[in-house]
Amino acid sequence: MTIHFRNETFRNDFTYANSPGNIPRFPFPFPEDVYMYSTNVEPHHATRAGSPFEHAFDVDEHYVSEMKDRALVLADDPGRCQALPHMETAAWDFVELVMVSKARDYPDLFELTIDGDRWHWINKTLQIDDTFVFGDSSTLPCHPMEYIGRQVQGDHAILDQRDGNLWMDAGIITAQADWSLDFDIGMNFFEWHAPVPLAHELGVFQRALKFLLSLPQGQPSRRLNWTLTVNPRLDTSPENYPKWGPDKLTVNPGNIGEKVHLRVELQTFWRLPRSNAILFPIRTYLMAMNEVVTQPKWGRRLHRVMRDLRPELVEYKGLSRYHPMLVDWLAQFDDGAPTSPGIFPD
Amino acid sequence: MSASDHLIPVVVSRVVEVNSIIKRFEFKHIHGNELPAFSGGAHIVVEMLDGPIKRKNAYSLMSSPFDRDQYAISVRRDDNGRGGSKFMHEKVEPGMRMNISAPVNLFALDLRARKHLMIAGGIGITPFIAQMTQASSLGVPFELHYAARSASQAAYMDSLQDRFGDHVRCYCDDAGGGPDLAALLSDQPLGTHVYVCGPKGMIEAVVQTATDLGWPAAHIHFEHFLSPPVGKAFSVHLAKAGIDITVGPEQSLLEAIEASGTPVKCLCRGGACGQCETKVVTCDGDIAHNDHWLDDDQRASKQFIMPCVSRFSGKRLELDL
Repeated sequence: MTIHFRNETFRNDFTYANSPGNIPRFPFPFPEDVYMYSTNVEPHHATRAGSPFEHAFDVDEHYVSEMKDRALVLADDPGRCQALPHMETAAWDFVELVMVSKARDYPDLFELTIDGDRWHWINKTLQIDDTFVFGDSSTLPCHPMEYIGRQVQGDHAILDQRDGNLWMDAGIITAQADWSLDFDIGMNFFEWHAPVPLAHELGVFQRALKFLLSLPQGQPSRRLNWTLTVNPRLDTSPENYPKWGPDKLTVNPGNIGEKVHLRVELQTFWRLPRSNAILFPIRTYLMAMNEVVTQPKWGRRLHRVMRDLRPELVEYKGLSRYHPMLVDWLAQFDDGAPTSPGIFPD
Repeated sequence: MSASDHLIPVVVSRVVEVNSIIKRFEFKHIHGNELPAFSGGAHIVVEMLDGPIKRKNAYSLMSSPFDRDQYAISVRRDDNGRGGSKFMHEKVEPGMRMNISAPVNLFALDLRARKHLMIAGGIGITPFIAQMTQASSLGVPFELHYAARSASQAAYMDSLQDRFGDHVRCYCDDAGGGPDLAALLSDQPLGTHVYVCGPKGMIEAVVQTATDLGWPAAHIHFEHFLSPPVGKAFSVHLAKAGIDITVGPEQSLLEAIEASGTPVKCLCRGGACGQCETKVVTCDGDIAHNDHWLDDDQRASKQFIMPCVSRFSGKRLELDL
């Protein structure tokens, strides 16, 4: 399998796009025609060749450009990458998990040679060839979490487990949907989820925490989350709101298909062995409305989901400004025909 | 889903008689593969096929967390127990194949600690052996206070003193008794975390003394090594599955549910972690709770049960499973 890595931007001229072959593998987040919170967690098993669920850490055509965008964000704001001092063991667990998984799943792109504590890592795509001592951070050019975080798509939070709770004690977060690591660092599970409406009352977080605290080694889980973003911008952080907030005002019926993007997070959960922490990768996939509706099932369903979305969620997800316009625009792709179950296109 | 759903096939590589009541068992992967890395304080669940009975007991890993070639556990023989430790002592020999779960840690070191103060009683020493190896490699100060009934029953006392020198203080009941907890806990640097694993009385004494001295609750860690008690056989109706099951005298309710093929979550199998908490639909009789999880109100309500350690006597028990 050869991946042609696109050269594209997630800011300024926004040249990001999905090639036609990449569209059907998008992790469309709606298995039914209505959306409400659910603890939609399933085992992160290898599923469906070619899909983003085939491998532990999906690599796609946007890999190189996403890593360039991450480098730009970190250069501008080093606070996007923070690890409290007790999280170094967990950072090495993260290094191991990514390197072992990628070398196994993409042998053409990544190579890992382990000789006791001496590790040799080759990332052909990013032209990295390093030898280091596993567990000795002085043998890497930067903190182990930053080192591997610059080589894997998606944001990564590392949650310490203690006192019957999870604590946001480390992360490399440059492509977030309007939350801030700098604000959340050191918070526990309920604190960082405090702004989410409805879910607390439904007991969603109590159940989710109980599930995560008992997450076994070697049995990762996954779920999909979603929002909408105007322009294919990865860095929609609160810190940069002045840069992307006004984009919402640029949407009109003539450009809505290219401007508004369905933003899907493939969230996975991994118990880390040496630290007993949990790695929480949040992998973002972006797709313009024009690209989504090339799949008739998705066009129909997205219209129904958006039309019937609870007002609290419209507000929380920041869609109020253009939500009615979007529902009107999507209506042209909904002929009322039934949709098949599941998220994959017909 | 629980850790023991995905078992690792191992071969018993060594059995060592540590003293008259304790044996150490070492396991390697049957294909010589690396075993999962783990953190100090983790346990594995060992599956024992004893004739028609499938037992699953949890034991702390005592081997080095950095050694992925083999795991080691120590088992104290309990002739009045359900038979798991007896099985390990009498039936398990080198070369035997067994299944174990991946490691699960419900007694992890708090990695923020400036110092780890460990207090062990008897066989409660095992998780600390792995934790000391971890703390020592992280370069964080630690201190073990290890109490046993007598020198002859104090497993690994000599070897731990050889390995960790002044970090280890030993106490024997027949030679002066255990540590002076009040003195010990009132003279620790800021940022110390205390960990205790041992008999119930010791855990209670450490928690109470530390609390009285003003230690924050988040700095006090303990692990009960409770095993499911034996008792009379009883019947249970599983409402969702629509079946009746019988729990044998030396079987736990959890094991009986598992044997029926009904899924139930669990981790510690010792009444501490809360994962197997199950709703009671009908209870005409008495539940012997035996757990460390439910609070007094929940117990009195008879609406919750912990299948890993609880038993029942009476006319009818119906569970929401």
